[in-house]
Amino acid sequence: MAAGNFRALEATNRRETVVLVVAFMLLLGALGFGLDFAAHDIAIVDGQFVGFPVLTIAALAFAGMQSIVSYYSGASLVLLSVHARELTADTVKHQTVLDVINEMATAARMPMPKPYIIDDPSPNAFATGRDPAHSVICVTQGLVDQMDREELQGVIGHEMSHVADYDIRTMMMIAVMVGGIAMLSDFVYRWMFFGGFGARGRGGNKNQAAALITIAVIILAALAPIFSQLLAMAVSRQREYLADASSVEFTRNPRALLRALQHIAKIESPLKQGTAGTGHLFIVNPREGVREDDEGFFANLFSTHPPLSRRIARLQALLGVADASALDAQAGAGTSAGS
Amino acid sequence: MVLLIVIVAIVVWAIYAYNRLVSLRNQVDNSWRQIDVQLKRRHDLIPNLVEAVKGYMQFERDTLTQVVEARAKAISAPNQASRIAAENQITTGLGRLLAVFENYPQLKADENVLKLQEELTTTENQIAFARQAYNDVVLELNTRIQSFPTNLIAGNFGFKAAEYFKGAPEDQAVPKVDLSMTAPRA
Repeated sequence: MAAGNFRALEATNRRETVVLVVAFMLLLGALGFGLDFAAHDIAIVDGQFVGFPVLTIAALAFAGMQSIVSYYSGASLVLLSVHARELTADTVKHQTVLDVINEMATAARMPMPKPYIIDDPSPNAFATGRDPAHSVICVTQGLVDQMDREELQGVIGHEMSHVADYDIRTMMMIAVMVGGIAMLSDFVYRWMFFGGFGARGRGGNKNQAAALITIAVIILAALAPIFSQLLAMAVSRQREYLADASSVEFTRNPRALLRALQHIAKIESPLKQGTAGTGHLFIVNPREGVREDDEGFFANLFSTHPPLSRRIARLQALLGVADASALDAQAGAGTSAGS
Repeated sequence: MVLLIVIVAIVVWAIYAYNRLVSLRNQVDNSWRQIDVQLKRRHDLIPNLVEAVKGYMQFERDTLTQVVEARAKAISAPNQASRIAAENQITTGLGRLLAVFENYPQLKADENVLKLQEELTTTENQIAFARQAYNDVVLELNTRIQSFPTNLIAGNFGFKAAEYFKGAPEDQAVPKVDLSMTAPRA
């Protein structure tokens, strides 16, 4: 049991969450500061700051609020945005999902996460929450319908590993922050083009510096969503391999997750719910057209998940190749061994 | 002065080692309770199983009888070792019974039987996972009790090595009672 391993990952995630919040506040603070110049609240006169940076303070306050809100209710926000509802034992199959979550919690020696379900036919799952005691695991109805018990164990084991090593905290903060930055950037854009620009100039201080900073703000506002998206992707990709490996450790059965991923690889239906800010939370990328096995630099840069074929290949290596090819034949999977 | 420092250091270490042993012993007890809950749940399910399948499984009568007898033995077991032996018999018997469920389409059509099957399956899995957790802490406790210098503390304060929960010979690997994986893929 790699309990020490999980503790190390937990420490990393705690640190990364702090770095994220600081970076988030700096980014928004810089945005607000630039806007102050654009709105001529403040200016540099003879090398001295004059005026009161009201927008900087507003931006910092917004960033602080957003961080606190995402920490304490990020999970609820995420669940709300994907239209998830609490999973109850209304059918035998739903009971099975509850049981499997409970089993994996026992295997990981974690409290049982709260179970949720999305009414969507595409098979997928994610975990979120600020710590294991406040964690949730959410599955889609498609996953419930299409997976057998063994495959479910593999998928839930993967999610339980995200819970155990605090990935859920980092990923949840990213989800809410990416959403917040997108919203704010949108707001800044509208404001600049439909009113802000120099309308409230105090006259006389429309110097070059202000103009330059204004341009910088526009660029920053335009790039912020892309940067935050890139961040979400970079942070999440490497975690998927780790969670795959831990899933095998929990189930003590490499076939479980392998069969689940092979199954999902054959299905081309993306999630219907909007998942712009939450894609990195799911076990497989919920968007259409991003599941193929592109390995190029840009494919890697803009993907929140490693290619499925690679994840499958790694699990096959755990089983031994002969065994895995037999599985391929049995499952009728078209997926090759990848690399 | 140096002597004093050495004595203080030894006392501090002894307190730490003692507390660590107490903590591990409590973890072993707690882990056992986790298994015990599941074992008891399984005991409670066996009569339901007998009731549910009595009309169907004529030729599995022997296995069923074995399970019922093993259950009685487990409940009246005088010590942990014989309890574990009896529980392992139940695991083996139930595994066989759950596996032949597939041969009875009437059983699979019965909603209540499906519920029972799921309950038994998850209980078996819980026992397997909880057993792993239990054995891990037993290993840690026993290693500490036996290794120097903690063995001095353990010996003086009556810490005893705990008993492992070894599985039945046939499920030494991973006990798998998942039925659906043997079914043809849809």
